[in-house]
Amino acid sequence: MTAVPGIPLLEVEHLTMRFGGLVAVNDVSFTAMERQITAIIGPNGAGKTTMFNCLTGFYSPTVGRLTLHRTGGPFLLERLEAFRISQQAGVARTFQNIRLFAHMSVLENLVVAQHNKLMKASAFTVAGLLGLPSYRKAEKQAVELARYWLDKVKLTKFADWEAGNLPYGAQRRLEIARAMCTEPVLLCLDEPAAGLNPRESGDLSELLIHIREEEKIGVLLIEHDMSVVMSISDHVVVLDYGRKISDGTPAFVKTDPTVIRAYLGEEEDEELPPEVKQDLPEVAEREEAP
Amino acid sequence: MTAIASHANARPGLNVGAMLKEAGLTALVALALTFPLVGLRTVDVGSRLTITTRFDEVLISVLLVFVGRIGLILTREGHALPVLVVSLVVAVAAWFAPLPSEILRVITIAGAAVLAIRAVIAVRRDRSTLSQQERDRAMDRLGARVQDAAMWIGPIAVVFAIALPFMPFASRSVVDIGILILTYIMLGWGLNIVVGLAGLLDLGYVAFYAVGAYSYALLAHYFGFSFWLCLPLAGLLAAFSGLVLGFPVLRLRGDYFAIVTLGFGEIIRVVLLNWAVFTGGPNGISGIPRPSFFGIADFDRRPPEGEIAFHQLFGIAFDPMHRIIFLYYLILVLALLVNFFTMRIRKLPLGRAWEALREDDIACTSLGINRTNIKLAAFTIAAMFGGFAGSFFATRQGFISPESFTFIESAIILAIVVLGGMGSQIGVVVAALIVIGLPEAFRELAEYRMLTFGMGMVLIMVWRPRGLLAHRDPTILLHPRRSARQQQADSEAGA
Ligand SMILES: Nc1ncnc2c1ncn2[C@@H]1O[C@H](COP(=O)(O)OP(=O)(O)OP(=O)(O)O)[C@@H](O)[C@H]1O
Ligand SMILES: [Mg+2]
Repeated sequence: MTAVPGIPLLEVEHLTMRFGGLVAVNDVSFTAMERQITAIIGPNGAGKTTMFNCLTGFYSPTVGRLTLHRTGGPFLLERLEAFRISQQAGVARTFQNIRLFAHMSVLENLVVAQHNKLMKASAFTVAGLLGLPSYRKAEKQAVELARYWLDKVKLTKFADWEAGNLPYGAQRRLEIARAMCTEPVLLCLDEPAAGLNPRESGDLSELLIHIREEEKIGVLLIEHDMSVVMSISDHVVVLDYGRKISDGTPAFVKTDPTVIRAYLGEEEDEELPPEVKQDLPEVAEREEAP
Repeated sequence: MTAIASHANARPGLNVGAMLKEAGLTALVALALTFPLVGLRTVDVGSRLTITTRFDEVLISVLLVFVGRIGLILTREGHALPVLVVSLVVAVAAWFAPLPSEILRVITIAGAAVLAIRAVIAVRRDRSTLSQQERDRAMDRLGARVQDAAMWIGPIAVVFAIALPFMPFASRSVVDIGILILTYIMLGWGLNIVVGLAGLLDLGYVAFYAVGAYSYALLAHYFGFSFWLCLPLAGLLAAFSGLVLGFPVLRLRGDYFAIVTLGFGEIIRVVLLNWAVFTGGPNGISGIPRPSFFGIADFDRRPPEGEIAFHQLFGIAFDPMHRIIFLYYLILVLALLVNFFTMRIRKLPLGRAWEALREDDIACTSLGINRTNIKLAAFTIAAMFGGFAGSFFATRQGFISPESFTFIESAIILAIVVLGGMGSQIGVVVAALIVIGLPEAFRELAEYRMLTFGMGMVLIMVWRPRGLLAHRDPTILLHPRRSARQQQADSEAGA
C-alpha cells in the first residue's frame, strides 16, 4: 500500500456489507481525494457495485463509516437517506446497467437531474403554474447547464431524441452528463466503458480528465478496461472477494504481486488485463529473486 | 399427445383420428363437469325441493365443447381462416337460433368469439409480415400523428363540446350521455396523473370519488351548505384523504401498492355502508340539493318565496333542459380544468419528476429526488380532482349510495386510462368514448356490454399492450424549430 497525497474528499472506514452469509464487502477502508480519479478494480463479484450502493444509500452498510468532506459538511453518508446523498452531500452516480429515463428526451433527462433546484425556483410548482418570470429564468438556466453538458458529451445534436433510442455508447455518455447536471462534488461511475469501442473509450477518458481538471471534483471509477484505468486514474483500489487487496498509484498496483495473483486466480484468462499480462514475466522474476 | 407431436411440423396432412380423439376427450371432461352442474337442478315445487333434469342442455354444452375443441385444434394446425369464418357464422347464428335457454346463447356466442379471436391472432401471425415491434412502431407513428393533430383536434373537440347542447340532435338523452362521458373523461384525466404520469397502479381511485360525493352530500345535509361552497371543500377533503391514505401506502412498490389501494377503495365503501347513522348506510343520501346558477338563481319551475328562478332571471320560458345543460357545462369546465392543469404541470419540475419516476425510480433517487414526496403530490392532486368529480356526481344525481362506488368503477376508470395509452390526454377522451359512449349508445345489448368490454380489453392487451395512443412528446425542446420527431425520422431513414 502506498499513500496517495491529496485533500481527502471521501473517507471509507471499515466498510462491511453482508447479505445473509455472504460478505460482499469485507472491512474495506480507503480515502478518495479531491480532484482525483480513484479507480476501483477487481474481478467479477468482488463487491465493487455493492460498495457503490452503500455509498449512495441504496444499501445501508452492516458496519462502517462513510464520510464526505465538503463545505457545509462533513456528511456521514451511511446515515443519510438515499435521495439526500445526492441532494445534500453532492454524490452523483451512474449504474452498471444503464438507468436512463428511456421514454423521455435527452434534454428532459438532464433537466430532471436539476429537479431540486427547479422545484425551489417554481416555489414547489405554484410559481410554475402561474408562469412567473422567476421560474422561467431558472428553467432557462437549467437548459443552459444541460446544453453545456450535451456539448461535453457530444450529444447536442440528439438533444430532442428519446433517450432510449440512442446508441449504446451515447446512452452511457448521457448518463454521465445527467449525473453531472446534479452539480456533484463526487461522481461515482460504474463501468462507464463497458460495451464501448476503443474510440469511444478514448473519448470517455478525455471526458473524465475534463471533469477532474475543469470541474475540479473527485471521481470514483469502477472499470474493467485497464487501458482506461491505468491511463487516467491517480489512485487505484483493488478489491477481491470483498476485501481490499491493494491500494496505491497505478504504477504500484500494476506491479503488486497480490493483484496479479488475484487476477491469475480467475478461471478465465481473458480476465487478465493486457497490461498485467505484459508485466507478468517481470514479476515472476522478481518473486524468484529473493 | 399426438396432436402436440404433430404441432411441431405445422400443416402436415391433418391427423383426423388424433383430432377426434382429443376433442372427444375434452368433451368427456365437459360431460363429467356439466352433468352435475347443469344437468341436475333443484327447484321448489310447492314447499318441497325436488330435482329436475336438463339433459338437453348438457348435450348441447358437450357438443359445443367438442366442436370448439376441433376449432382450436384446426387453428393450431394452421387452418385458422376457415375456423374464423365458421366461428363468426356460429356467433351470428346463435344470436337468432332458437336455443333452449338464454345462458346457452351467451355461452355459444362467447365461445365462438373466443375462437374467432384466437383464429384472428393465428391468421395475423401467419400472414403478417409485420413483427410485433414493427407494428408497435407503426402504432407509435399513428399516436404521434394523433398527437400532432391534437393541436387542432383539441380545440375543435372543445368547440364541438360547447356547441353540443344546441345541436339539432341534442335530445335530453344525448346531453345526459355527454355528461356521463365527460364525468368519466374527468376521472380518467385525474387518474392519469397517478397512473399515466407517475406510473403508480392505483386500483382504488373510486375512493376519492366517493369522498367527494359524500363530502358534498353530508355537508349539504347537515349544514345546508350550497354546492358552490362544497365543491372546493369536497376537493380539499378528498385531497386530504389522499394525503392520509397515501402516506403509508406510497412506500410500497408495484403490486403491493396496487393491492393496498384496492383495499382502501373497499374500506371507504364499507365504512360508508356501515356507518349508517352518519351516512345513511345502504339507503344512501337522497334529496341532495341541485346546483344553483352560481348562487344567483335556481332551476326550479316555482322558486321559493323571495327567490328568483333561472328562467325568470333571463325572461325565458321554463324548460327542464336548462338544468341539464347547465350541468353539462359545469362538468365540461371541470374536466377542462383538469386537462389544463395536467398539460401545464407536465412542463414543470413536478410533472417531469412524475414521468421520470414512472421510467425509473431508482435513477430518480440517485438524482436527489424525494420519491415519497413526489408520489404523495401525485396521489393528493389526483384525489382532489376525483373529489371534484364526486361532488358533481352527487349534485347531478341528487341521490348517492355506496352502490355507486364499487370496485367496478375504479376498474372502468383505470381501463379508460390504460386503453387510451398511459399518459395520453387525448387517448383518455377516445377511450372514454369507446368504453362509456359505445355501450351507452347500444343499450339494447346491455347484457353483453361487460362481455364485449372484457373482450375488447383482452384484444388490446394482445395487440397493443401500451394502449391505443401511447405516445409522448418531449415537454421541452432544445431545437424547437424542427420537431424532434422529424429529426428522428430523418435519421432513422438515413440509418
Ligand atoms: N442485493 C444483494 N443480495 C444478495 N447478494 C448480493 C446483492 N448484491 C450483490 N450481491 C452479491 O455480492 C457480491 C458482489 O457483487 P457486486 O455486484 O458488488 O460485484 P461487482 O464487483 O460489482 O462485480 P461485477 O464486476 O460483475 O459488476 C456478489 O457475489 C453478488 O452476488
Ligand atoms: Mg458491478
